[in-house]
Amino acid sequence: MKPAPFAYVRPQGLQHALEALAADPGAKVLAGGQSLVPLLSMRLAAPSTLVDINALPDLDGIRVDDTGIHVGALARHADVLASADVRRVQPLVTLALSHVAHATIRNRGTTVGSIVHADAAAEMPMVLALLGGSVTVASTSGTRTIPASGLFAGPLESTLRHDEIALEAFFPGLGAGEGVGFEEVARRHGDYALVGAGAVVRVEGEAVVAAEVGFLSASDVPVVVDVTDPLGGVVSTSSTDRAGELALQHLDPAEDLHATAAYRRQLVRVLTTRVLGAAYDDALGRARGEA
Amino acid sequence: MTTKLFGERVPRVEDQRFLRGKGRYVDDVLVGPGAGGVLHAAVLRSPHAHARIVDIDVSDVLDIDGVHLVWTHDDLSGAMAEPLPLLIPHPQLTHGRTQYALAKDEVNYVGEAIAFVVADDRYLAEDAVGRIKVSYEFLPPVVGLDGARGAEHLVHEDVPGNVAARLEQENGDARAAIASAPHTLSLDLTVERSASTPLEGRGTVARWDPDTGRMTVWTSTQTSTGVRAAIAAKLGMDLGQVDVVTPDVGGGFGVKINHPWPEELLVPLAARTLGRVVKFTEDRREHFISAAHERGQQHQVEVGYDDDGRILGLDVRFWHDNGAYTPYGLIVPIITSTQLLGPYKPGAYRVVFESLYTNTVMVTPYRGAGRPQGCYVMERTMDAIAAALGKDRTEVRSANFIQPDEFPYDHGLIFQDGRELEYDSGDYPASLDKLKALVGWDEFPAFREEMARERRRVGIGLACYVEGTGVGPYEGAHVHIETSGKVKVATGLTTQGQGHATVFAQIVADALGVGFENVEVVTGDTRRMPYAVGTFASRAAVMSGSAIHLAALRTREKVLRIAADALEASEDDLEIVDGVVSVKGTPDGTASIDLGTVAVLSNPLRYAFDEASKAATQFTVGDPGKPPVAEDDEPGLEGRDFYSPERSTFASGMHAVIVETDPDTAEIKILKYAVVHDCGRLINPMIVEGQIQGGVAQGVGGALYERMAYDESGQLVNASFMDFLMPYVTEVPAHIDIDHLETPSPLNPLGIKGAGEAGVIPSAAVFASAIEDAEAPYHPGLGITAMPISPSELFELRQAHPPVEPVETKESS
Amino acid sequence: MSEELVDIRLTVNDVVHALRVPARRLLSDALRHDLGLTGTHVGCEHGVCGACTVLVDGRPMRSCLMFAVSAVDTEITTVEGLAEDDGSPEGRLGPVQQAFVECHGLQCGFCTPGFLTTITAGLKHNPEPTEDEAREMIAGNLCRCTGYANIVRSVLRAAEIASERP
Repeated sequence: MKPAPFAYVRPQGLQHALEALAADPGAKVLAGGQSLVPLLSMRLAAPSTLVDINALPDLDGIRVDDTGIHVGALARHADVLASADVRRVQPLVTLALSHVAHATIRNRGTTVGSIVHADAAAEMPMVLALLGGSVTVASTSGTRTIPASGLFAGPLESTLRHDEIALEAFFPGLGAGEGVGFEEVARRHGDYALVGAGAVVRVEGEAVVAAEVGFLSASDVPVVVDVTDPLGGVVSTSSTDRAGELALQHLDPAEDLHATAAYRRQLVRVLTTRVLGAAYDDALGRARGEA
Repeated sequence: MTTKLFGERVPRVEDQRFLRGKGRYVDDVLVGPGAGGVLHAAVLRSPHAHARIVDIDVSDVLDIDGVHLVWTHDDLSGAMAEPLPLLIPHPQLTHGRTQYALAKDEVNYVGEAIAFVVADDRYLAEDAVGRIKVSYEFLPPVVGLDGARGAEHLVHEDVPGNVAARLEQENGDARAAIASAPHTLSLDLTVERSASTPLEGRGTVARWDPDTGRMTVWTSTQTSTGVRAAIAAKLGMDLGQVDVVTPDVGGGFGVKINHPWPEELLVPLAARTLGRVVKFTEDRREHFISAAHERGQQHQVEVGYDDDGRILGLDVRFWHDNGAYTPYGLIVPIITSTQLLGPYKPGAYRVVFESLYTNTVMVTPYRGAGRPQGCYVMERTMDAIAAALGKDRTEVRSANFIQPDEFPYDHGLIFQDGRELEYDSGDYPASLDKLKALVGWDEFPAFREEMARERRRVGIGLACYVEGTGVGPYEGAHVHIETSGKVKVATGLTTQGQGHATVFAQIVADALGVGFENVEVVTGDTRRMPYAVGTFASRAAVMSGSAIHLAALRTREKVLRIAADALEASEDDLEIVDGVVSVKGTPDGTASIDLGTVAVLSNPLRYAFDEASKAATQFTVGDPGKPPVAEDDEPGLEGRDFYSPERSTFASGMHAVIVETDPDTAEIKILKYAVVHDCGRLINPMIVEGQIQGGVAQGVGGALYERMAYDESGQLVNASFMDFLMPYVTEVPAHIDIDHLETPSPLNPLGIKGAGEAGVIPSAAVFASAIEDAEAPYHPGLGITAMPISPSELFELRQAHPPVEPVETKESS
Repeated sequence: MSEELVDIRLTVNDVVHALRVPARRLLSDALRHDLGLTGTHVGCEHGVCGACTVLVDGRPMRSCLMFAVSAVDTEITTVEGLAEDDGSPEGRLGPVQQAFVECHGLQCGFCTPGFLTTITAGLKHNPEPTEDEAREMIAGNLCRCTGYANIVRSVLRAAEIASERP
C-alpha cells in the first residue's frame, strides 16, 4: 500500500498553485490529505501531480461576521471545532464537527477539503447544504462562489472544475429564533455514519415557523428536506413522524455491508424525530436566553 | 528463600524497551541510514476468486530501474515448485490440498500469491507488481457454506462435493437417547468468518552469509522451529545452516502459527539468489486477503432432555468452511466437535462434521480455535432448553455440570492432540455461584422492570466453557548461569505480547533463588533452543513454564553439588538466597559462595578474566583422582530439560453480560460484563487479567462488529480497517468484573493451565443469550441463531417477529 | 525513468535531519526507514489504526497520511522523544510511559507508540481528565491485545504522575 509516483509542487503563492493545477489535467490538490492519501496508498487514485497547498499564506483563517462563518481552506477541523466564535455564530457546525472521524484526523483534515471531497457520508457537506452555505473557489481565470445547492453533483463528485482550488467555505450564522440539532448512528464511534441528520428549526413563541432537516448517508449526495409543512407548527411524535415520512420521499438509502436499506429508512425516521426535537428545544432555550 | 514471585503482580521487564520505541519488530530489522542495501519484496496476488492462469507476462517489469528479481511458478524448481506442506495430516482428511508458494496454473482465492518481485524499496516493488500482466480463464467461484454444500461448482475439480474431510465421533447412542427422551429440540446455528487481525501483519527478513554458509531469517511467527525446518527442507539446506529468529511480534492470535507462508520461503530464497538482505512486510490489505481467517461454520443440533433439562442425547452436525486450502488440517473443526461439550456431561453425544472447500482465504486457528463456535452451539442449546421448560438458564446448566468429584472426567472422545478428551480438574458449580454473584443474576429481574419503566430494554446472558490448554507434544528450556551470576534462559516458543520474559523469569527466580532482575529470557531463537513447538493453544505458560521450572531445578542441582563441594558441606544444608549459596543457619558472609563463582568453578578452564574468576581461586572442587571434567559431568553451569505432558490440561470459565438494546435503532450497548476464570494457579495475575480483558474485547468484536464479508464473486468487500470493524475503546465494556477460581492442574509441576485464549471463547454465546433475553418480551419467538449480529440485523429480526406489548413481569430465564 | 528526489529537512525530536526522498515517501516510512526511528509503527496505512501517530507541532497526526515532503517546516515528536532528560543516557520514562508500566497498559507493544504520543498531547490539553475524557482521548487508536481497560487506567495514572513531577 504505497502511492504511485507523482510530480510534487509546494507553491508559496496562490497564483503559482493555480498555474500548477491548470498545467496538468491529472493534477490534484493536497490539503489535509486525510481522505486523499489513503486513496493514493491503495492506488485507487493516481494523480500525475500533487499541488500541496499547505504552504499557501492566509488560508488557515476562521473568521466570523454578522452573516456567518468564513472558514479558510487550510483551517483544520480541530481549529474550527475549538473556536468559541464558531460555536456562538453557528452551533450546528460545532455539533457536527465533533462527529467528524477522530481527533487525530481532525488535527490534520480541513473542513473545506472535506466539503469539496463531496462524500455523501461525511458531515460537513451536509451541514453546508442544510445551512445554505457556499464555497468560494479560484482558478487562473478568477474566483467564483458556488452555493451549496449547486455544489454536490454525485458520489464523491463536486462541481468544482479540475483547475479550481476551494479557498473558503461560508456557513450562514444562526438566525433569530433558530435552534439546531445533530445526531448520527455509526457502527463504531468515529466511523462514517450509517445515517446522520441535522436540523434547523425556527420558532416564534412556541410555534415552529420553519424547519429543515439535512441527511447524510441516506442518498448519494447530501439531501435537505423542508419539513415545515408536515410539522404543522409543532414538534410532537406524530408531527415528526410525518416529517420523517416526507423526508423518505426525498431519500434513497442504499443497502451495504453494514445496513439494509430498510434499516437506514428506520434510522431516517428515528433521527428525524430526534434532531427535530433537539433543534426545537435548542430554539426554545435560546429564545429564553439559555444557550 | 527469596521472596516468592510466583503469583505476584510483577511489572513486565519487556515494557521498558517497548515504551521507549526500542522494540524490534520484523520490519525494524536492519533499517535506518546505516543499513543501506536491504531490498524489499511485493507480491502480485490474484484479483479473482477462481481462475486458470493462462499466461503471465513480466516483460514490462524487467527493465524498471531498481527491480532485482521477478518470479512466477515457472521460476521455481525442486521442492520450492511443489505444494506447500500439509502441516497436520489426519486419516479423515481424505482430500487435503495446499497452495504453491506461487500459484501454478490455477488460483483459488482472491489474494493467492502469483508473482514475487524484489526491488530497491517497497514503492518500486509495488510499481513493478502493477505492471505484470496475467491472463485468466475464469472458473465459477464457490463462496460461502451454502455454495460449498450445494456443490454445483467445485473448488478443486478432483475433490467431489468440495468435501475435504468428514469426521464422526460418538460416545453412547445419541440418536437412540434422543428418540426416547421426554423432550426434544432442534436448532440451526451459524457463525460467520472473522480473523485474528493483529496490528502487525506478517513479515520476513532474510540474510544469506556466503562466508559462513548460513541463512539468518527473522520472521513474525508463532513457531520459529517450524519455519526453520520448512526453510531448510524447501531450500535444500541443512537444518544446521538455517537460523530463525523471532523478534518482537506485534500480535499473533493464531494466524502466525500457520507456516511456512509463501513469503517465508521466497524471501530467503531471494536473499540467497541475490546475495542481498531481502525484506517482506505485509500490508493491511494483504493481511486481509492472503493470511488466514476462521470461525465460519453452520451447525444443526438435535437434543433430547428430561424435565430437569438434563441432556440425555445430543446430536450435532456441522459444516466447516476451510477456505481454499487445508494447511492446518482439521484442528479447528476437531476442537469445535470436542470442546462443544464444555462443562457438561450429556448422556450420549454424537458429532459429525464436514470440512468444505470454498474459493476464499484459507482457514487456520484464530484465538479460541473452534471453541467459540462450539461454546455458542452448546450454550444456545442450553438457553433453548431453559426457554422450552420455562426454567432459569442457570438451573439447566447446573443440572448438566460435571461435578467436582468426577475428575478426571473422560468424555470418551479423541481431542485435537490425538489424546483422550479427559478433563483433569475443575469446579463448575463453584464457578457458576461466583458468576451469579458477580453479575447480579438474581437481582436482574428487578433491574429489568426498573428499566422497562423508562422504556429501556435490557437483557442478561451467560455462557460457560472448558478449554483444553497446554497441548503437547513438548517444550524445552535451557538455563545458563554465567560467571557474572546472571541467568540466561532460553525457550524455543515465541512471544507475541504475553509477557513471557517476565513470567518465565518469575519462575526461574523462584526455582534458583536469584534476583528477578538477573534473569533474562529469550524466546523463539533457534540458535538458543532448537527444539520447540510453538505458541498456540494457550500452551506457553503450561509447556515452557513447566520446562523452564524443570531446567532451573536441574541447574539448581548442579549449583548445589558444586557449592557443597566448595564449601565442604552437605547439599541438604545449603540454600540459595539472592544468588548466594550458603550453609543454612550460618551468619552472613561465612560459608557462602555466589552463583557467579559457582559458575567459574563449573568450568575447569579458568582464565581470570573477571572478578568472579579471581574469587573462585579460594575454592577447590572436583576429585583430583579424576579427569578435570568427570565422565558423568559437563563443563558449565547449565540445565536443560523438557516438559511433555500426557495430555492437555483443561481450564474453564463463565461469562455473563447485561446488554441494552435501543427500541428504535436496535443499537446494542454493554452495561455490565462479568468473568469468572479458572486457569489453575496464576503466575502473574496482572498478566492473566490483561489476557482476559483483551480476549473479552476481541470477543465483543467477534460478536457485534467483525466479519469477513465476501460477495458472490469471492471478493472480500471489507478488506480494510474502515469496514472490518475492530472495536475501539468506545465499543468495549468500560469495566470488566473478574473473579478467579484456582483449581490446580495435577498434570504439571506448577499446577497451571493456559489463559491466553479464554476471554474470547464465550463471546458469541453470551451476547446471543443476552440480546435474545432483551428482545424476547417484545418480539415473541425472536431467536438469535446467527452471529455476529449488527443493529441492522437485529432490526430485521424485529421486523420478522412483530411486536406485542411487553409482558409485565418476565423472569430472567 | 528514475523518480525525482526532493531534498528536505525534517525536525524530529529536536534534531534536524537532511534527507533526499521521492515525493511519495510517506512520513511514516521516512521516519522509520530513512531516519531509523522505528518506534513509530505502521499498522494499516489508511489512517484508521493510529499506530503511526506522531506529534506534528505538538498535535497528534497520522504519519501514514502525510508525505515527508509535506512535513517540512514542522516540529515532529516520535515515541523516541518522549523520555525525560534526567542526565542518564536513556532518560527517565515520561509520565505516560511510566503509567503504562504501572498499569500494564501494553501487551505486544505494537500499537503502543501511537497511544503514547496521543495521550502525551491529550494531557497537555487536558491535564486532569475524567475517565470518560480519558476514553475519548484514546478513541481513535486501535489495540488488539489489551481491551483498552488498562490503557484508560494508564491515562488517569499518567495525569497523576505528571502532576507529582515538578
